[in-house]
Parts: sequence; C-alpha cells; structure tokens
Amino acid sequence: MLDVQNLSVDFRVDSGWIRSVSDVSFALPANSTLGIVGESGSGKSVTALSILRLHAARTTRMSGKIMFDGNDLLAMPERRLRDLRGRDIAMIFQDPMHSLNPVLTIGDQIGETLRIHQGLSATEARNRAVELLDMVRIPDAKSRVTEFPHRLSGGMRQRVMIAMAIACRPRLLIADEPTTALDVTVQAQILELLRELRQEIGMSVILISHDLGLVAEFSERVIVMYAGELVEDAPARTVFDTPQHPYSEGLLRAIPSPDEDVSRLYAIPGRIPDPGNRPPGCNFAPRCALAEPACHAAPPPLEAFAPGHFIRCPVRMKTTEPAE
Amino acid sequence: MTDQTAIQSPSTMTTTAPPPMPSRSRVLIRKLWRHRSFRLGAGIVLVIVVLALLAPFITDGSPNKMSLRDRFTPPSAEHPFGTDNFGRDIFTRVLYGARISLWIGFASAMLAAAGGAIVGMASAWFRRLDGIIMRIMDALLAFPAILLAIGINAALGPQVTSVIIALASAYVPRMARIVRAAALVIRELDYVDAARVSGAGATRIIFRHILPNCMAPLLVSVTFVFAYAILAEAALSFLGIGPPPPHPSWGNIIAEGRDYSVEAWWIMLFPGLAISLAALGTNLLGDGLRDVLDPRLKMEQ
Repeated sequence: MLDVQNLSVDFRVDSGWIRSVSDVSFALPANSTLGIVGESGSGKSVTALSILRLHAARTTRMSGKIMFDGNDLLAMPERRLRDLRGRDIAMIFQDPMHSLNPVLTIGDQIGETLRIHQGLSATEARNRAVELLDMVRIPDAKSRVTEFPHRLSGGMRQRVMIAMAIACRPRLLIADEPTTALDVTVQAQILELLRELRQEIGMSVILISHDLGLVAEFSERVIVMYAGELVEDAPARTVFDTPQHPYSEGLLRAIPSPDEDVSRLYAIPGRIPDPGNRPPGCNFAPRCALAEPACHAAPPPLEAFAPGHFIRCPVRMKTTEPAE
Repeated sequence: MTDQTAIQSPSTMTTTAPPPMPSRSRVLIRKLWRHRSFRLGAGIVLVIVVLALLAPFITDGSPNKMSLRDRFTPPSAEHPFGTDNFGRDIFTRVLYGARISLWIGFASAMLAAAGGAIVGMASAWFRRLDGIIMRIMDALLAFPAILLAIGINAALGPQVTSVIIALASAYVPRMARIVRAAALVIRELDYVDAARVSGAGATRIIFRHILPNCMAPLLVSVTFVFAYAILAEAALSFLGIGPPPPHPSWGNIIAEGRDYSVEAWWIMLFPGLAISLAALGTNLLGDGLRDVLDPRLKMEQ
C-alpha cells in the first residue's frame, strides 16, 4: 500500500542545504504495523512528515518516491494530496497539549475531518463525533463533545486526537511519538487503544518512537534510523531479541531492566552527528565499539543480513553468522 | 487474555470524570469581573454609552437649538454645563457629542481591526508578500497617526465618514503588526498541522484555526485604538478638520469654545472632561482585557 523509495529530504539553512533524511526505503502492506525507531534528530519524524508533505515547501527539498496505492505522493498536486489527508492517511502528533485548537470544541474538531471529506452537516458531524469519542473510550461522550480542549487531561486530548485521526477510517495512520508526552500508565492505555482500533478499522499504523521496546511490542516490522539513514530493518522480534546493528544494540541496552540492579544506566557514548557535519564513513562509527578503520573511510551500504533482515554494518556482516 | 485486562484498565481509569467546571467564557467573564481596573473602566464606558443612548430622553433633544438670550450662561440648575456663544445648552451638546465621538471611536477601531486583520494575515500567510507589505506598513507607521489622518481627511473632505476612514487607516499598520505577529506564531503550532493533516484547505485553516486565535491581542488593541481615535477626533476637530461644525462632537464643542476660554471656561471644560473620562475608561478596560487574555497569565490557570 505504502512504498517509500529512496526518500531524501533536505532543509535549507543559511549556508545552503542540509540533508536530514538520506535514501530511506521501506514498504508497508495494507493492515500492517511498522515501527520507526531512533533518537532525537535521527530523521524519523521528518520521514513521517514527508509522507503527508507537511514540510514548508520553500525550505524543503524532497527526492525519491512515496507511492501510495500506486500514486507518488511527492509528485501529486496539493489539491489531490489534500483529499488523501485525513481520509486515507491520518496522523497524530507527539504533544496533545498543543495539537488541539483552543477555541474550538472537541466535537467541532473531530467533526471537521468528516465535514471536509464526507460533507456531513453540523448535526451529523456532531453525532459522529460522539460515536468516535465512544470509540476512543472517552466516558460520557455526549456531554464531552461540547467541551473545549483546555478542560481535558493530556491522555484525554490524545484520545481526542486519535478520534480526529480515525474519523474517516483512514487506511494508514501515522503516529509520531503518540505517547512521549504522557504518563507511563496513560502511555500503555493509548497504545492499547491504538492496537484495538487498528483491528477494528483494519488500518496500517506507522508508529514512531525513540523507545525500541515499545515499538517492538507494537509493530510487526521495525526500522531503526540513525542520522537520517536506515541502519537496520527487520521483523520486530528480531530487532528486539537479536539486533545486529551496534546502534540498535545500544538502543536496546539503554532500556533499563527492572530485574537487574544496576548502579549506572547505560548510554551510547557520544552524540548524534550534526547534519551539516557528518563523518565521511559510517555515521555511527565515531560512537561505535566495533568500528574498524574501514568504517571511518567510506559509508557502508545496507545489506541483507538474513532474509527480511537488513543492516548497514559491514563488521557485523562478516563477523556474525545469522542465527537460522 | 492479556488483551482483556488491558481493555478494561483504560475505562476504569478514566471513568473518574472531573467535576462539572464552568465554561471557558464564563471563566473569562469572572476573571474580568474580578479585575478592578476592568470593572472601573467598563463602568465608566457603560455610563457614557447609556447617557449617549438616552440623550433624547434626558435632554430636550435639540443640541443645536440656539437661544441668543441665554448666551454664555454659567453652569446652573437649568443648564448644568452652561451655554455657549449661541446659547446652546452644553450638557445637551456633550451628550449628543458622545454619540458622534463614540461612533467615530468605535467605527474607526473596528475598521482598523478589520483592515489590520486582512493585511496582517496576508503578510503572515503569503511569506513572499511579507517583506513588501510590512515595509509599506512601516512607512505608514513612520508618520504620526494624526498627521496621516489630517492628510487623508483633507483629501476626503469634512464628513464624519471621512474622519472614520482617516483614523482607521492611520491605525491599520499597528493592528496589522499585531495580527501578523500572532499569526506567525500560530501557523507553526501543532493544531494547524493537525488541521492540514485532516485535509483542511488554506481558507479553512486561516479562518477557523489561525484568525480566531489571533483575536485576543487584537481585541486588546481595539480598545486602545478606540481611546486613541476619540482623542484624535478631538484633535482633528480642534484643528478644524473634524466633523463639520453643526455636528456637536466633543472636539467640535471644544474648538468652538476656544475663543471664549477665559470668559466661558465651561464650554471647553465639560467636553474636555468627557474626552478624558472616555479615554480613561477604555484604557482601563483595555488593561483589564490584556491582563486576562495575556497568554502568559493564561498559563497560570
């Protein structure tokens, strides 16, 4: 359904263009889940925003193809793209405190998508909004529908955002760190809700997060991004159990385990390279324990480590035998 | 089965609905009411507006009725504010003057706000036009507002409408700046992206999502422009290019009393007091609005 081919995104800065995402490819069949993992600045959100072409056109340059049902979203005129937004592809954002318009009631905002795409009247949209609030398990939906966002908690607002996103039963939902701004208990509820809705509606979900554990639990397939590049692409279980790229390993090790009593939490040494000043070789080499001289010399390619498992690490390619 | 427990947990955790809270507008009104200077300002403005509306009932309804026998009567029971050189009752003229002055203030503030909203929004939305539009606004701002109003008014001729147009155009640049600044911030907020993701077009985004959220700062500056406009009307009238003479605007009454300021001080004093009170009232009201609508204070909520 969605097929991203060699997507690169550049942003204009004072000194020229800076590459934020380079040569990312992945595919997402209908009714499936994909997780995108990486730390801040790895390009995961930029990739997601590119799918809906939300970047400011004047300061962004995108190349490659994003095929959705056989049409290239990047080449599509804005008008046609607008018809897809909200109807076929929806998105929820990281910070529910800022993603609702403070001067409109939540019913108005949920109804807006329906009015745009299905031409519903105000009353019909209001009734649908109540149903949708029920769907996202907001109690007392009938009276809640006329409330303004400032009266809802963060978790509630994220539910409202989800209600807005699923209003037209989209086939693809992009969730950009949907739980990052929420309490841990609320996080679990929101993810559970997404999981249920996904089955109810039969949509595909792209879940973006810096939390590898969370993504691996939610998705069927996971891609790990680092400094704008795809470094590992594999089924979720594989990434979680036997990650091959040293960066994925590091991400996994950085999740504290409740069973072990550790005095020091693990952190990957160093920082993500500045997008304007990336190393000549492997982007991760300066932080990598396995790095060899060759790693610093030339950028490594993405190679098939095992069927359906791709990594961008020549060291691992030659030293490790894939577990059958 | 893990699914089952997980399905239940959200509903049990969220059923504790918060106690019914007053709506947003009611909260705002209560906050405004608690604001002392807002209360005072609103009270002053309200009294002036009511007096202006009731003018035909309080007075004999003829601000221009001359009575040459009663020229220059000092304030008395019959003429609370005295009479002028034509024997016209100043009290009546001041009350009727309130109608003209308030109308000029209100209309030019509204017109300036509308113009400012259009220009500011265009500037914030069409980034290519921004530089040009804002340089034009800067050029207009460089003129003192009153000078600009004199120029425009001179070109349009002496009428109430041309005073309104002149004052409104003089205040459009500052309104435009306010709207532009607010819109530039708001257009980058997540809920505008969220609207775009829902498939909303430019019109819907501008009129439903950006403009309504620019209203708070605009409303505050409307009250200040209202006060400025009343003062500016007085200044224009004093210079002889306000509403044409038979009209009893506050500025006109003062202008006509100018030649008799020593012998008949009451002619200038009472409309002058009215102007100061109206300006004070709207400024206090605007202060209150600003305090309550200011986003920084909103955060403390």
